[in-house]
Amino acid sequence: MSYIPNTDAQRHEMLKAAGVQNFDELFERAVPRKLWDNTEFKMPPPLSELEVSVLLNELSSKNICTSEIISFIGAGVYNHYMPAAVNALLFRSEFYTAYTPYQAEVAQGTLQSIFEYQTMVSEILGMEVSNASMYDGATACAEAALIASAHTGRNKILVPRTLHPNYAAVTSTYLSGLPIAVDTLPASDGLIDIESAMKMIDDKTAAVLIQQPNFLGLLEDVEPIIESAHKAGALAVMVVDPITLGVLKSPGEYGADIAVAEGQPFGIPQAFGGPLLGMMAVNKNLVRRLPGRLVGKTIDSRGNEGFCLTLQTREQHIRRNKATSNICTNQALCALAATIYLSLLGPGGLKHLGELALENSHYAYDKAVNIKGFSSKFDSPFFREFVVETSVKPSKLIEKALLKGILPGVDLSVFDIGLDNCLMLAFTEMTGKTQIDKLVQVLSGL
Amino acid sequence: MSVEQLKYTKEHEWIRVEGEIATMGITDYAQGELGDVVFVELPGVGTKINQMQPFGTIEAVKTVADLFAPVSGEVIEINALIESSPAIVNSDPYGQGWFIKIKIADKSELKSLLSYNEYLPLIKG
Repeated sequence: MSYIPNTDAQRHEMLKAAGVQNFDELFERAVPRKLWDNTEFKMPPPLSELEVSVLLNELSSKNICTSEIISFIGAGVYNHYMPAAVNALLFRSEFYTAYTPYQAEVAQGTLQSIFEYQTMVSEILGMEVSNASMYDGATACAEAALIASAHTGRNKILVPRTLHPNYAAVTSTYLSGLPIAVDTLPASDGLIDIESAMKMIDDKTAAVLIQQPNFLGLLEDVEPIIESAHKAGALAVMVVDPITLGVLKSPGEYGADIAVAEGQPFGIPQAFGGPLLGMMAVNKNLVRRLPGRLVGKTIDSRGNEGFCLTLQTREQHIRRNKATSNICTNQALCALAATIYLSLLGPGGLKHLGELALENSHYAYDKAVNIKGFSSKFDSPFFREFVVETSVKPSKLIEKALLKGILPGVDLSVFDIGLDNCLMLAFTEMTGKTQIDKLVQVLSGL
Repeated sequence: MSVEQLKYTKEHEWIRVEGEIATMGITDYAQGELGDVVFVELPGVGTKINQMQPFGTIEAVKTVADLFAPVSGEVIEINALIESSPAIVNSDPYGQGWFIKIKIADKSELKSLLSYNEYLPLIKG
């Protein structure tokens, strides 16, 4: 099929029908003079393919890639090793060029890959049902609030100050057109203030959101919050870092009603913060509120195993304005990357990866807090990320360290959470002792 | 109580009034139009419902429809059998397939409901 929608002859015919000589005349007659913008565009001359290639390479070389430096950037998007098999399989054109057919069941391979994804996600999150994925962790978090409100018939969502600020902002945006109030649970010392939480959770609360580990990398005391949510008839929504789940308790084990996670650590590059992968799982009692797609396994009229979209017509085709959500798609390619990644890793690999992140971050912490001008900000247990207070502005530190090939972390002053002289460092299997020693050496010398 | 003694809504629901209590379900015509019922979402006991406002949903294989309250009042009982075997809505719509029992708030609302003879023309032709 040609992507040029019409021929010169057809255009001529259209102009003739409109009674004009050419397109300029058409626009002159169609658009009132006063609306014309007469700015002269200074467009560069046309370039050859070779010239375009040189230009674009020149531009892209201005980026700093994590393969060229040592990065401790995290805050929701992490630098993990991507096994070669992930992209080798992912970039098969059957996967990356395909848009799901409108009769989804025609693409049994796609549906099977989504089914496998759902199976892995439910196992990791410890929940009964996973959907086919969502855009990212932040929108999954917002959708969880919608489920909770629809399920409980209540309209207050409690969002802790320790939730990723971007997640909190996306949740507020999602709920802004609805009669749902978003209240902030205060924090003390980097953790949810349990006493305030107990007071704020009441019979109007639809859901309490809890991030574990929280935005600052710290481990929240999850149990009493979930218990008090349930006592009040509210749902508990947990936001987790899936890399930690080989080591930490899963949302299911904590008794969460809805679990959401950012799936990016599973074989998806940091890539300027996207595309990402929203994971979402619930227990069976909420399955009819689950937004997006859900793939089921069934048997056809001849007794053969097959895969099909389940409960989808109800939400999008029939419920329409009354549906929990109007997301009609999923993040298929990123979900496939995660599926391939997890199948390579296995449960043992996931646990090992979590242990490496944990060990590396603690090795680094002990060293970092002893560097002159750096001090520990919080005392609570953390998993793979920690915050240090710095005597020099973090933005200055980052600028200087970059010249020595180190991206030392995230400057928390970019978030409006009152942590202005704070730097947050993240650790993965990519930042072992060698990289950490180099970090400490560079930070000590600044 | 026979179908002639029940009261009906234009939304193809029936109620059986016994004193202060109304038992509610959907008509045989409605179950036939919907096809195989696979799920019914009902409010919890204690929920206050308002006449002709949606209070739940009924889901068949190919469609989902709202359930409208025939009278205002408080839900005092829900049919637990519907959750485990929603097909009873198809097989016994006036009997085992009832949905909820409502404590009627205002008996004068009953006047706005249809008698059997008034309901019949709605499902003919």
